[in-house]
Amino acid sequence: MLGSDAVLRSLELEGVDVAFGIPGGAILPTYDAIARGTTVRHVLARHEQGAGHMAEGYARASGRVGVAIATSGPGATNLVTPIADAWMDSTPLVAITGQVRSNLIGTDAFQEIDATGITMPIVKHSWLVQDVEELPGVMKAAFHVARTGRQGPVLVDIARDVQEAEFDFEYPDDVDLPGWKPPHKVHPRQLREAAKAIAVAQRPIVYAGGGVLNADACAELLELVDSAQLPAVVTLMGKGCLPDSHPLNYGAPGMHGSKFANWALNKADLVIAIGSRFDDRVTGKVSAFAPGAKVIHFDIDAAEVGKIRHAEIPVVGPLKLALAQLTAEVSAVAAEGAPDRGPWLRQLEDWRERFPFRYAKAEGVLKPQTAVELLRDLAANREEDVIWTTGVGQHQMWAMQYLQCDKPRSFITSGGLGTMGYGLPAAIGAKAARPDATVVCIDGDGCFQMTCQELATAALERLPIVTVILNNGWLGMVRQWQEMFYDERFSQTHLTQVAPDYAKLAEAYGCAGFTVESEDQLEDALSAAMSAGRSAVVDVRCDAEEKVFPMVPSGAAAVDTIEAPGGEVMSA
Amino acid sequence: MSSHTISVRLENSPGALARVSQLFSRRGYNIQSLAVGPTERPDISRLTLRVDCSENSLEQIEKQMHKLVNVLRVTELAPDEAVERELALVTVNVASERRAELVALSQVAGAQVADIGRDAITFEFVGRPEQVEAFEELVRPYGVRELVRTGRVGLRRPSASRPTQSSVT
Repeated sequence: MLGSDAVLRSLELEGVDVAFGIPGGAILPTYDAIARGTTVRHVLARHEQGAGHMAEGYARASGRVGVAIATSGPGATNLVTPIADAWMDSTPLVAITGQVRSNLIGTDAFQEIDATGITMPIVKHSWLVQDVEELPGVMKAAFHVARTGRQGPVLVDIARDVQEAEFDFEYPDDVDLPGWKPPHKVHPRQLREAAKAIAVAQRPIVYAGGGVLNADACAELLELVDSAQLPAVVTLMGKGCLPDSHPLNYGAPGMHGSKFANWALNKADLVIAIGSRFDDRVTGKVSAFAPGAKVIHFDIDAAEVGKIRHAEIPVVGPLKLALAQLTAEVSAVAAEGAPDRGPWLRQLEDWRERFPFRYAKAEGVLKPQTAVELLRDLAANREEDVIWTTGVGQHQMWAMQYLQCDKPRSFITSGGLGTMGYGLPAAIGAKAARPDATVVCIDGDGCFQMTCQELATAALERLPIVTVILNNGWLGMVRQWQEMFYDERFSQTHLTQVAPDYAKLAEAYGCAGFTVESEDQLEDALSAAMSAGRSAVVDVRCDAEEKVFPMVPSGAAAVDTIEAPGGEVMSA
Repeated sequence: MSSHTISVRLENSPGALARVSQLFSRRGYNIQSLAVGPTERPDISRLTLRVDCSENSLEQIEKQMHKLVNVLRVTELAPDEAVERELALVTVNVASERRAELVALSQVAGAQVADIGRDAITFEFVGRPEQVEAFEELVRPYGVRELVRTGRVGLRRPSASRPTQSSVT
């Protein structure tokens, strides 16, 4: 068998049904193997960054490992952003790149770049394959490392001559990685300590993050919250791990989270962090974060425990197992009498009622939040699953605030890296993973223009997605900071609402295009786009001056928020 | 802040050392010295790292290193439970009339003569890192032309009563 065929056989044996990529010189033999026949569907992207984000969207929508394929040199460097994105958000990704022939490595050959070197700080591990005999073992190990422990990206860089070499293919049953030992169990003593702390807490709060989704531990989290009646906040990356409609779910904390979620953390006496990592966008000023709370930190990655905030009770291990065991422990301990948490739960409810997300409607002005609320309501009336993706910026924060996600893997966004342009290709990947779902990318006009060439992929690969551009004509989040903190010096943030004409651009790519200029056109356009049966773009021209509130200024305490104008002012 | 010696067993594979060193620069940890070499097994190398950091950072360093696929084991070598040595080569300027005096002095200090030139002698000195520093000070007045140190290497003493602190595995 040729090395190139071995790459495909390995993908098939790993259960890969879709891969995303673009061919080029150093990966040509592997693309020839695709032409020779494989059960792997290859989705041809228009830019390697698009292919990488598609693979991420696929992974996040399905829970399986995403695969992106690119050539050497610029193909590999274009994959760097999605690899970094997957690294920051712990998305399982196998990136496969071609490399120049072994005898040319190190000579600055055409399209040669040190792909393993460039990606070293942003992968769990990487391999440069220069011997075809090593290829099956490396492929096996790559998938194993990507999906076990804390999930994340790996890179397999394969020299062109390896792809062309003939050998006897045999896929190993096991991996040989003596240094890779992710935890597979949980220390029972730590669990008991955690259960005891929960039992005596008067003001506990669960702080759940993306790790719950990655660990497939959503049912276990729900069971814990229900059985112990624990209120919870859920981060941007965790959205959907606990139903947004659950009465004990107080939504997202952080820079643009709700006042009640931030206050819940601030006034808690016990923070139960589960698959979350005390990111600065959540904590604000760390010394003022949950100042009176003891911390229990559940995580698969020991290095996250105690990295930002000391954890009195660290619990390292797989969350699915840990949460199931915790629920049992808590029930056993709680039987001995628990403090009255009525006042705490009433307090949280009172805050939620008094300080909801809000914005001021104005006659004749189309507010972006209105579009998100309408999308939420339209989605609620559909029978099929709706998966949301977003770019990064204001529209992402409004999506976080106003969408209701009751199912895991229904909200896909770039959290840690904050990659503008993530939403559209991620939507295509999500659609490839779950063709029966309606996939809607809520995007900004700035983000859309970073990866919109992938509309061609969506149209031609028959992966219909809906893109709703909250078009305010600006790099809106940067504009917001310039308005609030830089004396309204709007330096290089004005994009204009009219160039390009997004509906025409959509049509040029073979998609349906809609333009919405007033609120009364909104519902028809969004409904039509969601039922178009092909990819559609809705250009929602909305208020350029709308800002995201509440807002925790950078470096401030999470409870020191700037509020939307009007409404009740809260004091400690 | 205090100094710590970390001993790392590492797979002897391409890029393994680069992964460890990039982790240090990436996370902003400062390496005072780093020595790497083969062990009793040809497929495994041992790294001895000397770092200046807080206890909290040390814990982070150990945990982050454990996540590297090529890293097999990370152990802190506590000073009283480890044998630590370093080798230095020092070329000292010396006029012929003071040569005998310098050689005598260095032999008392425990150094060996590695090479003798017309106006300089290269000594080799093996010892605990603080002894290496003392030897350096001893010959400095003569004029040190060039000096190189290997950085410390260390092993846990088999005579140490309790196990050395090892990070999570």
